[in-house]
Amino acid sequence: MKSAVITFPGSNCDRDMHVALNKFGFKNRMVWHNDNELPKSDLVVLPGGFSYGDYLRCGSMASKSKIMQSVINFAKSGGLVMGICNGFQILVESGLVPGVLLRNKYLEFICKNVFVKIDNKDNPYFKNLDKEVFEFHIAHNEGNYFCTNDQLKEIEDNNQVAIYYCNDNGKTEEKFNPNGSLKNIAGIFNKEKNVLGMMPHPERMIDESLSGEDGSIFFKNLLNNIK
Amino acid sequence: MEVNEQIALDHGLKKEEYKKICDLLKRIPNLTELGIFSAMWNEHCSYKSSRLHLKKLPTSGKKVIQGPGENAGVIDIEDGDAIVFKIESHNHPSFIEPYQGAATGVGGIMRDVFTMGARPIANLNSIHFGSSQHKKTKNLLRGVVHGIGGYGNCMGVPTIAGQTSFDSSYNGNILVNAMTLGLVKKNKIFYSKAAGLNKPVIYVGSKTGRDGIHGASMASASFDEKIEEKKPTVQVGDPFTEKLLLEACLELMAGDSIIAIQDMGAAGLTSSSIEMASKGNLGIELNLNKVPCRESKMTPYEIMLSESQERMLIVLENGKEDLAKKIFDKWDLNFAVIGKTTNTKNIELYYDEKQVASIPINTLVENSPMYDRKWKKTKLPKKNLIKKEEFKKFKIKEVLNKILSNPNICSKEWIWQQYDHTVMGDTIQKPGGDSGVVRVHGTDKAVAATVDSSAIYCWAHPLTGGKQVVCESWRNLISVGATPIAITNCLNFGSPEKEENMGEFVECVQGIGEACEYLKFPVVSGNVSFYNQTKEIGIKPTPSIGGVGLIKDYKQMITMDFKEIDNLVLIIGKTEGHLDQSLFARNILNEKNGPPPEINLFNEKNNGETVLQLIKDNLVRSAHDVSIGGIITAVSKMCIKGNKGIEFNKPKYFMSEIEYLFSEDQGRYVIEIDSKNLKKVENILNKNSVHFDELGKIIDKNMIINQKTKVTIDELKSYNTNWLSNYMN
Repeated sequence: MKSAVITFPGSNCDRDMHVALNKFGFKNRMVWHNDNELPKSDLVVLPGGFSYGDYLRCGSMASKSKIMQSVINFAKSGGLVMGICNGFQILVESGLVPGVLLRNKYLEFICKNVFVKIDNKDNPYFKNLDKEVFEFHIAHNEGNYFCTNDQLKEIEDNNQVAIYYCNDNGKTEEKFNPNGSLKNIAGIFNKEKNVLGMMPHPERMIDESLSGEDGSIFFKNLLNNIK
Repeated sequence: MEVNEQIALDHGLKKEEYKKICDLLKRIPNLTELGIFSAMWNEHCSYKSSRLHLKKLPTSGKKVIQGPGENAGVIDIEDGDAIVFKIESHNHPSFIEPYQGAATGVGGIMRDVFTMGARPIANLNSIHFGSSQHKKTKNLLRGVVHGIGGYGNCMGVPTIAGQTSFDSSYNGNILVNAMTLGLVKKNKIFYSKAAGLNKPVIYVGSKTGRDGIHGASMASASFDEKIEEKKPTVQVGDPFTEKLLLEACLELMAGDSIIAIQDMGAAGLTSSSIEMASKGNLGIELNLNKVPCRESKMTPYEIMLSESQERMLIVLENGKEDLAKKIFDKWDLNFAVIGKTTNTKNIELYYDEKQVASIPINTLVENSPMYDRKWKKTKLPKKNLIKKEEFKKFKIKEVLNKILSNPNICSKEWIWQQYDHTVMGDTIQKPGGDSGVVRVHGTDKAVAATVDSSAIYCWAHPLTGGKQVVCESWRNLISVGATPIAITNCLNFGSPEKEENMGEFVECVQGIGEACEYLKFPVVSGNVSFYNQTKEIGIKPTPSIGGVGLIKDYKQMITMDFKEIDNLVLIIGKTEGHLDQSLFARNILNEKNGPPPEINLFNEKNNGETVLQLIKDNLVRSAHDVSIGGIITAVSKMCIKGNKGIEFNKPKYFMSEIEYLFSEDQGRYVIEIDSKNLKKVENILNKNSVHFDELGKIIDKNMIINQKTKVTIDELKSYNTNWLSNYMN
């Protein structure tokens, strides 16, 4: 399976994602933001980081990069596009998934392990996962998901919420919400569920010596689903 | 403007220094030249008060590839890999403008590391604030933490460890020391020594603005009530540009275009150009009209003294300009050929086709002032005669609560949660442990790093304090299973013009030197920050030591959390009951006099090496060194992190329980072992003549100290974890 990770100026999780994808059997290629064309890929990843320094608004300038037109076309034709953290912010800014990401409620950067609930499995990302509660890692300053009431209704009607913050038992109460995001939302799909944006970093959870191994479960399953 | 003595004094130069400049030049300097002298001769750049003493530090060893004198030190970690590291202060700017001061401190130290060709793989910091009651402390702390996070997080370099303390001596002068480790191949290290004539001198990175002019001079003076007016001397950081600069420099460094490279840090273009030429014994000629400027009509004086961030100066091989330009264009960075190397041994500056400065480089470097300042020795204070009967009135549990929630002991999670500590995917020991540990990417090796200081001990007796900080660093590395290799030091002191402060400096350095020599733990880089002083009040002497060690197989790394019920807990090293200058004496007894605990370097080395041997033999499940707060504080943290309890053995010692639990004798570690390995462990300890006691065994959920005193793990957690977040919110 072939994957592509886009490097924007200021991306800083691009290498980590490259390492993770290769570790679980993808053949990954790094793609420069200023290129016109995506290489032939089964999965395109917009990695975390601070593209364009997060100046103006997180993700806004990157969403106008040359390569993004190709990424948007790829997504519109049904290709799998996944945005992690700053990548999620770029997806939001480019309109591929609905909503916006505001500054964290307590106005502080947060780097820690959190529990997330994944019960929306009718999609290529989470199909066949045999558990619902995962321990993932977050590291962000702007992860406070927000959208209008109308958008929220549409999102919920279409079953587009991908991931919720929760506790170790899968309870999605406000007190387990690290950043103030609406309805504890940690990740969102587009309507067709081929585009996924999420704040947590599964690529930082791929080794027992790191923060945990739930990322390994995610990547292995993803590869099997795409095969 | 004609230069005269008054203008020289306004530049922070002394009368006799100005006279020396005129004598060396055999004429009166013009304003640009005077600016250059003041930048090169200030304390921050010239080390004029410290050089004499720093020479005495041990700086070489089998593993040392580069000692002090370069952008950073370099050590060998085998297999062709090397670690480049250094610590640096950004104290003065951080007090004036905490966010930018701290941010540019982090940016500056990372630049020092990647200038040498190394990719930064870990950041650490040591930050010190005034009393928690002081009105400025909260805002300064918040600003500094946001600044460190803002820069390091954006760069994508994990912040893996640090130290935070509060003491009223920092009320008017906070300390912000930032440290970076980088990884490089041994045969791809870059240096700042220029070589060859007529080689192009290249300017890359951000444009030059009017920020930070005289930053280094500001950092070489004490504060007074007009300090707020110094805001324009604080640099403004742009971590995004630095990230691009890092990637672009590493891309250029992959080839063979670079002869020498130097970042523009303190004293900007002045010190970078002069240092490269001086090391190569060459001259350098710059055309200042070619320097990319942010603002129009900047004068030669401003261009030479600006401390705008994220800039580098490179001496290239002839003919490589186009290739280099392509790389910097790709990363959207400024690139300009601004001059060349010459054989004149002068720095010659041109502006609008006129020569605006010409100074022999040796006058700026070799002939810079060096002072043998007067200093006063500190006598070892007399021991306090603490009445032991008084101890009976204390309830251990109440004391423990006070100690664990003390600002200098409590959990600093509120701080390090704001730093990205997991980016790059190799952080295997997060902040909050004895050392931070990152794997060497793609190998079985890992590098451990810690940063420590003990201002109280250094204040009570600088010689002992200096030794102690080095030992603390050594212990923190051993506690995670790393073999200590070398240190970097950041020496934060008051005014060198005061005999007491100069004495503190001299004796701390002597102590550091003795300990480093004995432990074979050389100093490979560092920085001195004097004048941490507001009017007459100086800080407590605060040398920060950044230690680095190697773990050959990262799977053998040790953490401090208790692992398994029924395992035994041993205390390695002898407990003598030394309470003077301990947290208990100072905060519970309110007794601030007396000597710090004694350092016995033989025991320190022997105990440390033996613990390391036990770890390498896979006999240790968890380990933690005993530092401030004594045995019970160390054990409490192991309980909290492991979510397990301990039942202490019945005492076999000839001292009060308070002395045993809270004393701060040195050279001690708490280790957890499997009970079936007790004999093996005892044999090794006995063979090496290492003193140890069996402290107790691990149980579920409670810390049982004696028949009367039981503390639950949840209570320990609540004592330890809440203070800082409550304080800040």
